[in-house]
Amino acid sequence: MTDTSMNDLMKAKMIGRSEIEDLIIVPLFAIVAALILGALTMLATNVDLATIGLSYVALLKGSVGSLSAISETLTAAAPLILAGLGLALGFRAGLFNIGAEGQVLMGGMAAVITGFTFTDLPAAILMPMSLLAGALVGALYASIAGWLRVATGAHEVISTIMLNLIAYRLLDYMLRLPFIQKEGRADPISKSVPDAAELPRLLAFIDPNLRVHAGIFLVLVAVAVVYWLLFRSKLGFEFRASGENPQAARYAGMRSGLIIVLAMASAGALAGLAGANQVLGVLGRATPGFSAGIGFDAIAVALLGRSHPIGVLFAGLLFGALEAGGRQMQVDAGVSIDLIGIIQALIIVFIAAPLLVRAVFPWGFRKGSRQTEGGQ
Amino acid sequence: MTAVPAPRIEPGKTRHARITGGILIGLAILTAVVFAPDGTGIATFRLSRPTDALVLPNLVVPAVPFIYAAAAVLAFLGARQFLRGGTRWTSLSMGIGLAVAVAAFLVWATTGKAFSLTGMLQATMVRAVPIALGGLAGVLSERVAVVNIAIEGMLLAGAFTGALVGSLLGGMGGLAAAVAIGGLFGFILAALVVTYRMDQIIAGVVINLLVLGLTSYVSSQVFQEYRYLNNAPVFRAVKVPLLGDIPILGPMFFQQNIFVYGALIMVGVATYYLFHTRMGLRARAVGEHPRAADTLGINVYRTRYINVTLAGMVAGFGGAWFTLGSVGRFDEGMTGGRGYIGLAAMIFGRWHPVGALAAALVFGFADSLQQKLALLQTPIPSEFLAMAPYVATIIVVAGLVGRARPPAADGKPYVKE
Amino acid sequence: MDIELRGITKRFGPVTANEDVNLSIRSGEVLGLLGENGAGKSTLMNVLCGLYSPTDGEILIDGVPATFDGPGDAIRAGIGMVHQHFMLVPVFTVTENVVLGVERTGRFDHLDLATARAQVHAINDQYGLHVDPDALVENLPVGVQQRVEIIKVLFRSADVLILDEPTAVLTPQEVDDFFQIIKALRDAGKALVFITHKLNEILEIADRISVIRNGRIVGEGLPKDLTRPQLAEMMVGRPVSFDVVKKPFAPGGTLLETRDLTVLRDTDEIAIDHLNLTVRSGEIVGIAGVQGNGQSALIEVLTGLRRATEGQVMFDGQDITRTSVRERHRLGIAHIPEDRQTVGLIKNFTVAENMVLDTYYDARFSRGPRVDWAQVNKVSAGFVRDFDIRTPSVFQAAGHLSGGNQQKLVVARELSRETKLLIAGQPTRGLDVGSIEYIHKRLIAARDEGDGVLIVSSELDEIMALSDRILVMFKGRIVAEYDANAGPVDKSAIGLAMAGAAA
Repeated sequence: MTDTSMNDLMKAKMIGRSEIEDLIIVPLFAIVAALILGALTMLATNVDLATIGLSYVALLKGSVGSLSAISETLTAAAPLILAGLGLALGFRAGLFNIGAEGQVLMGGMAAVITGFTFTDLPAAILMPMSLLAGALVGALYASIAGWLRVATGAHEVISTIMLNLIAYRLLDYMLRLPFIQKEGRADPISKSVPDAAELPRLLAFIDPNLRVHAGIFLVLVAVAVVYWLLFRSKLGFEFRASGENPQAARYAGMRSGLIIVLAMASAGALAGLAGANQVLGVLGRATPGFSAGIGFDAIAVALLGRSHPIGVLFAGLLFGALEAGGRQMQVDAGVSIDLIGIIQALIIVFIAAPLLVRAVFPWGFRKGSRQTEGGQ
Repeated sequence: MTAVPAPRIEPGKTRHARITGGILIGLAILTAVVFAPDGTGIATFRLSRPTDALVLPNLVVPAVPFIYAAAAVLAFLGARQFLRGGTRWTSLSMGIGLAVAVAAFLVWATTGKAFSLTGMLQATMVRAVPIALGGLAGVLSERVAVVNIAIEGMLLAGAFTGALVGSLLGGMGGLAAAVAIGGLFGFILAALVVTYRMDQIIAGVVINLLVLGLTSYVSSQVFQEYRYLNNAPVFRAVKVPLLGDIPILGPMFFQQNIFVYGALIMVGVATYYLFHTRMGLRARAVGEHPRAADTLGINVYRTRYINVTLAGMVAGFGGAWFTLGSVGRFDEGMTGGRGYIGLAAMIFGRWHPVGALAAALVFGFADSLQQKLALLQTPIPSEFLAMAPYVATIIVVAGLVGRARPPAADGKPYVKE
Repeated sequence: MDIELRGITKRFGPVTANEDVNLSIRSGEVLGLLGENGAGKSTLMNVLCGLYSPTDGEILIDGVPATFDGPGDAIRAGIGMVHQHFMLVPVFTVTENVVLGVERTGRFDHLDLATARAQVHAINDQYGLHVDPDALVENLPVGVQQRVEIIKVLFRSADVLILDEPTAVLTPQEVDDFFQIIKALRDAGKALVFITHKLNEILEIADRISVIRNGRIVGEGLPKDLTRPQLAEMMVGRPVSFDVVKKPFAPGGTLLETRDLTVLRDTDEIAIDHLNLTVRSGEIVGIAGVQGNGQSALIEVLTGLRRATEGQVMFDGQDITRTSVRERHRLGIAHIPEDRQTVGLIKNFTVAENMVLDTYYDARFSRGPRVDWAQVNKVSAGFVRDFDIRTPSVFQAAGHLSGGNQQKLVVARELSRETKLLIAGQPTRGLDVGSIEYIHKRLIAARDEGDGVLIVSSELDEIMALSDRILVMFKGRIVAEYDANAGPVDKSAIGLAMAGAAA
């Protein structure tokens, strides 16, 4: 054989039509279908057509309609992307980690405690240290589920859900501890972190009410790091191999137990970072349930982003926009923000079942363009 | 190289026995050190109410001797497991050990006070209902190899529908609607995983998110404004004549509401269905070896649809318990992870309806324990008591209390060629 | 009952599995259907038993056209199939398996197993099958499981029995018993289709032979008119040499040695029982035995995938009993796994990624924590060329390659690094003849270059063709050893040893 044929072998496949369908058309249809079903839900609950129209206009306006809307979208997207990256990493390694919520709580709590404990440190040290504490504690909390899976075979879906529930109780308990609870308060609320621990607001020079903060740089770095980790590093190769086929990974000499714990820990670190990002960038302190379902929305973000870092970035932005727009919707049209939860869930239904999208929108796809590959 | 072959050892079991032994010894130390009461406290357990037909005297336990005796039993069991290893009694020892430790804990918490054991057991049964029904729903769908994470959502949907329709049409109407909505979500799950071949765990998680979103939306959008839509009648306890008068067991099993009786009957019917009927045999075949069932002319897809829908109906019934069976009002996310605990009960119960019920009673016990202990003013923070069912669930799925084999095809989609 | 297949064509998307097949099946006769793996035999028979519906053509039963909407229809029409991979539910009893799909019930859908049990006894007696109706299937040896499959078919009063590669899992002695059962069935007036790729067997048992290749019938005839070479040529489409060319036997020192090795299965049962074996460099050692006698556990323990409970594994003078999988790779142990589809490669990974599945950490392919993908792709392209793997590019997903090319990929990966010992489990299972020849050539080349080779195969012919030394494994022990270079080895003696007679 000649060198040219060698080169042919190494020529990467062009992105084909079926990939475009998968990456763009399916998500697009999924969003449209979810919005339509969301409108139907509103109709069913006696919201009139004009209000429905108003609410979708508000959704758009509140997400990208102004500088402050964009700032809100980015602020809401940041923790979703961080936690979503963690979940995506876990999915790639074959771990269905539902525990991001608990990891967000524990990580956020660690960041807050670090922040208000070392008030004397300068910002250059205290802020990174608080973030790091969040990541570390998130990683440790997630490792529990990883370790349980390795040592006892306990499925991570159930153990992480239980760890979430435990985290809620643990948070309630901690917020009443004397050294954490805010002085002079009877309700469970933590002390505030000092300014030196906070992620600085980026656009405060334009308007102090613009909340977008330095966390978005953290997000961009995390996207790049996760991309490198998954697709360029040895560890990432091991994660992906174990996720696709654990038996083959073991055969190839990869240490499955260690990989599971490491993957869970990395996922937990990112979720913990998401929690730290919330308390240091937005809230300034911890309150009961401060995670506000970020950990669960992040599951949707990771699925929508096809467990790919770039995909997660865009999915997170979309969900952040829905979140920010949803608040505007509640104000302008009086439609409960819980509608956003329905739309988000519907989007994933359609994303995770491409066959369903094809069945609903048959004209959007070339006929028989792709047989779904056989089961794993 | 010895001439005599060494005795054949069984490392898996030995390891299991060692872990069990270690846990038991740890419990013994905990019991002796932490629970050791000072002085001569006495714990009083009430076994009946004064109004009962047959009144039993109170059970009076001297705390110090009891707790030290319990520690001794634990230490003995633990040492036996640890040293002898691999005996057949590992799981039994663990069971006895946990029971003894819980008893010691109760005595410690009750020292100097009085505690109604009957009330506790009655509450155990009540709290076991949604878990048992969740577990039963899990058994029905996993026996046809569909992993059902969506039980949580089905419970929530049942709770919501029970409250809404119950407010409009009364209890029975609400119950029927809850069963129907559960069945609907079962059918949706089946459609997603069987027809559209969605990943089973993702499908379950998504249904849970969807139900959470829908019920939260409607309750904030509608219930806030029209409160009469969220005000359903509650099923009262009905005492079974004669059986209800049996001491201790009577209040537990026969002075309950329709949900307890329903759960007990469903467990019986499901056992008969799965193990003694043609439909059940076929369902189990589909769960173990779908291709074999297919070659014999059994419709794998239809069997899965039917069983998962049935599972949804069972879970819908269990969901109605939260509203029609207790408070009559729906609150956002009020199922609090009971569906997932139900799945743990299914695993603990070895994919058998009766096993799931028994396991649910254990969780129900943990659940009611934390509630009753709050009344006893123990030094343990209430948040930690509230974690008890969750920790118990983790212990169960971690297989510390024995393990069983799931249906062979569990979780795998079947693609007909 | 007679069946005619007329012009049967079956396509899966663009792939044609069967084209214009005509076949007649008559009662009181064994039709041998000969074809190599992937020739379309199984597809054809799945059409006949209602699992697939044909794209074109028709099925006539006693001259009347029939259409099957599913296996149920075919069963009602009297056609029963014994699949190559048994269709039995392991945790059910024999009776439960037999009645599944045709259960008798009483009130409230209550299963009536008593009547069925009696019927199983009756079938047992009629054909001399000796199966306990109350035994759990998972506790039965494969030979008996096969008889359960036959009872299942007879219980449904089938007149036509299709047997798909029925001897693949049997010892030579079990094959003899099995042929007695086939003859009894034929003499009772049943029509039988015997599907195989084994020439000897078809000549022995068939009354009439049809040969299928690339989905078409390419030849028909009576056994007395056909010879082995003729059949082989029809089956493969070119003359086939059954001889294997090896360099003269020149073994080196001991490479691998196990000492009183004992291994447990996951269920804590004994899989390997104080086993001793050696492999020298420059030698092919073949392990024969019926599946389930500890061969898989042996491969796993030698490659580090399973822990030894007792005893030692020595490699190249070093104790590797507790060494990790990766360390064994580094020492020069290569492993072609039994199940390439689920263990040997990752279907959704590219050819290149699979090519470095167990070498990506090596200095050749990595820089610090990073994998050097450019280098990986380049080297992979070289392997693809050297090992003649048919793929459009190294970025193709491995799952899209044919079975033979997947196996070549695994072999390329394992042989392309420094090896001293090659352990291969079922290296040619399910491959077509061309790929089998190629894999055999590579295994022999490894031996000729001085590697030790350990082959575990359930194909006795393969073991006998390749090995310098043949070991027979039974219930976790080596029960017999034959020196293949000392003269021809008696196949029936091996068969007896496989059945445990020598133990």
